[in-house]
Amino acid sequence: MIVEFGHFALILALAVAVGQSILPIAGFFRRDPALMAVAPRASMMQLLLVALAFAALTYAYLVSDFSLLNVVENSHSEKPLIFKISGVWGNHEGSMLLWALILALFGAAVAAFGGNLPQTLKANVLAVQGWISTAFLAFILTTSNPFLRLAEPPMEGRDLNPVLQDVGLAIHPPLLYLGYVGFSIAFAFAIAALIEGRIDAAWARWVRPWVLGAWIFLTAGIAMGSYWAYYELGWGGFWFWDPVENASLMPWLVGTALLHSAVVMEKREALKVWTVLLAILAFSLSLLGTFLVRSGVLTSVHAFATDPARGVFILAILCLFIGGGLGLFAFRAGTLRQGGLFAPVSREGALVLNNVFLTVAAGVVLFGTLVPLIVSAFGGAISVGAPYFNTVFGPLFGATLLVVPLGPLLAWKRGDLLGALERLWAVFALAALVAVLVAWMKGETHITALFGLGVAVWVLVGAFAELVTRARFREVGLSVGLRRLAGLPRSAFGTALAHAGLGVTLLGIVATSAFQSEAILEMKPGDTATVGAYSVTFDGIRNSSGPNYSESVATMTVREGGVVRFVVEPSRRFYAARQMPTTEAGIRTHGLSQFYVTLGGEGRDSGSVVVRMWDKPLVTLIWLGALVMMAGGTLSLADRRLRVGAPKPARRATVPAE
Amino acid sequence: MRRLLSALAVLLALAAPAAAVDPSERLPDPAQEERARAISEELRCLVCQNQSIDASDAQLAKDLRIIVRERIAAGDSDNEVRDFLVARYGEFVLLRPRAHGIGLLLWALPPALLLIAGTGLFIAFRRRPPAAATADSLSADEEAALKALSREEDESPNL
Repeated sequence: MIVEFGHFALILALAVAVGQSILPIAGFFRRDPALMAVAPRASMMQLLLVALAFAALTYAYLVSDFSLLNVVENSHSEKPLIFKISGVWGNHEGSMLLWALILALFGAAVAAFGGNLPQTLKANVLAVQGWISTAFLAFILTTSNPFLRLAEPPMEGRDLNPVLQDVGLAIHPPLLYLGYVGFSIAFAFAIAALIEGRIDAAWARWVRPWVLGAWIFLTAGIAMGSYWAYYELGWGGFWFWDPVENASLMPWLVGTALLHSAVVMEKREALKVWTVLLAILAFSLSLLGTFLVRSGVLTSVHAFATDPARGVFILAILCLFIGGGLGLFAFRAGTLRQGGLFAPVSREGALVLNNVFLTVAAGVVLFGTLVPLIVSAFGGAISVGAPYFNTVFGPLFGATLLVVPLGPLLAWKRGDLLGALERLWAVFALAALVAVLVAWMKGETHITALFGLGVAVWVLVGAFAELVTRARFREVGLSVGLRRLAGLPRSAFGTALAHAGLGVTLLGIVATSAFQSEAILEMKPGDTATVGAYSVTFDGIRNSSGPNYSESVATMTVREGGVVRFVVEPSRRFYAARQMPTTEAGIRTHGLSQFYVTLGGEGRDSGSVVVRMWDKPLVTLIWLGALVMMAGGTLSLADRRLRVGAPKPARRATVPAE
Repeated sequence: MRRLLSALAVLLALAAPAAAVDPSERLPDPAQEERARAISEELRCLVCQNQSIDASDAQLAKDLRIIVRERIAAGDSDNEVRDFLVARYGEFVLLRPRAHGIGLLLWALPPALLLIAGTGLFIAFRRRPPAAATADSLSADEEAALKALSREEDESPNL
């Protein structure tokens, strides 16, 4: 009964979405405030209805209602509670419903907090949200309905794929979707601006918090996914250039570019057309990402083609929104008046350079991800794997990182490149010193690693150059400087932190890639092996069992210089419902580094096991860097100027005039 | 055949959750073994999803790793090893596509995009000063820039 109630709510939500798509726009063209006022109410109603549907499906999972096909395919009565809940979005149908829920949530947020938006803009933005909503709800109801009942329910479900039964992956999709769907707001604002043919700095100010919020969640989602792949898949790698990963990286790259070009638009009224284009592209890539991952097209182009209903619907949605968005852009972009001028060497110029590199990088990843699909659709076969992406993406992103510390030091309109470089000479010297010191300490080291290390320090330390310059420590001394520093807007600290986070992540990547120790060998209980500075003793294997699996756990004692440092326990699990084995890496964090052990198959001698061990120096920095970036984003978001509707800041007496 | 292969792929994927090389396959010569690892990292495990043969426990990956080591032990160069595998399994086996056919497009795209973007920016900035000149009056800077430009052209005062 509750399930049917949810199903019905979802159908009603579609009806409301159709109304939300048409009425406000009609109101805009007929200058009818009553029609335009439908938009916010419809958004609220839609949130309520989709939330009801989602709650009903979650309920079905919680009580293990095996009369629902979706629950049978993805759940098991003995599954731990948290994975019963995450199972709701651990499959195609449920994840689409989660997508629709987040979309409705954001639409309602615009309706609720957009009190100071011009009425026409608000009506149009919500109408565009309505279009997206209509498309997704219709897609769910016609081709991916999670509420389908079975005539003869089985006694037990088929369980969720064991590698997905993990806390990290339980929250990974919601984070990613918060990012993807967040860009839908930017898209809706862009389309609304094109419809009205009017766009100004205020537009950028309204859009920026949404883009920033989406970017923070997307960063979190990608980092979470990367860490999950690192510890769950047992390869010890953190980024595999898998199409699934690329699907989330592309919107991140374009979203990052959008974030920066929106700054230019807000401050200087320049780059308007470009910002609108980026907003459309960021959401287009989010849509593409969602469908690449969820449609099954990646596993096999042929499987995709054998289920034409779903495939055709997906292609139609992609064509409609991406093609329609870009078409409207081509048709109407000419009506947007261009704003402020600037010299090539200026803050704007640096941000344009950032945009060029980021969008080219996104284009390269897009092409590299899609080419194998296109070739295979025509019967050929080609692989585009990690070696290609590393070779191409590395230099592109490296070049971007080199400019990162410079940008904030350049003035708007016309910057002083030499002056900026002069202020950074100490940072440059430090970066070079670190590279030379490491080369001297580690002996023979690859030149790329040293260069990467230098760039990491350059970005990490250089990120704070703007703060130091603006506090004017050199001219006014330490105490006044500190007071000036405290008076700087939060967004300045946000920028510095976000940029520093990039440096932190790069440091982790370079240190792990260049200086990790590896040992792959066959061990019997009692054997001892050496990994880097550690000696590892294999104590033995014991069997145990979890709620829905059985496992063999190996115990390894790790010693350094004869002293026991810690014990790691890698294991192999067997999930009976899916007849599927998995390996669980034994990971021990020491300082910022990690010791990583996985078990392979049986060795040649009876009783021996293939053991793979790595000591990964500074590896945690890869994900800590993402946390720092997110902290930077959050600080910027908390900046008073960005809180639309916040009262004008009172003049702070402590801040001397610039 | 195709269906059989994909069924096989599913079975192998299920049986092979973990990854990385097998100690029993190692070549005695560390230099040769290092070459074998480097080549293996860029060869696709054909029945896996986006895994190199260096990071897969699938039987086919094992067979390929052994072939690579056999070829190296027989004195093949790195490229000869790759050619040997491409001749048997097609270009699909290479995770780093070669620069011909569609592969050429892949390698040419990044520089081409940068070139297009660079040219676009150059034209945009070149066009800006005249656009400013149509405004009511010129700033001192713009006057100077204009003078410099016209001197560059042909010393004539009218552009």
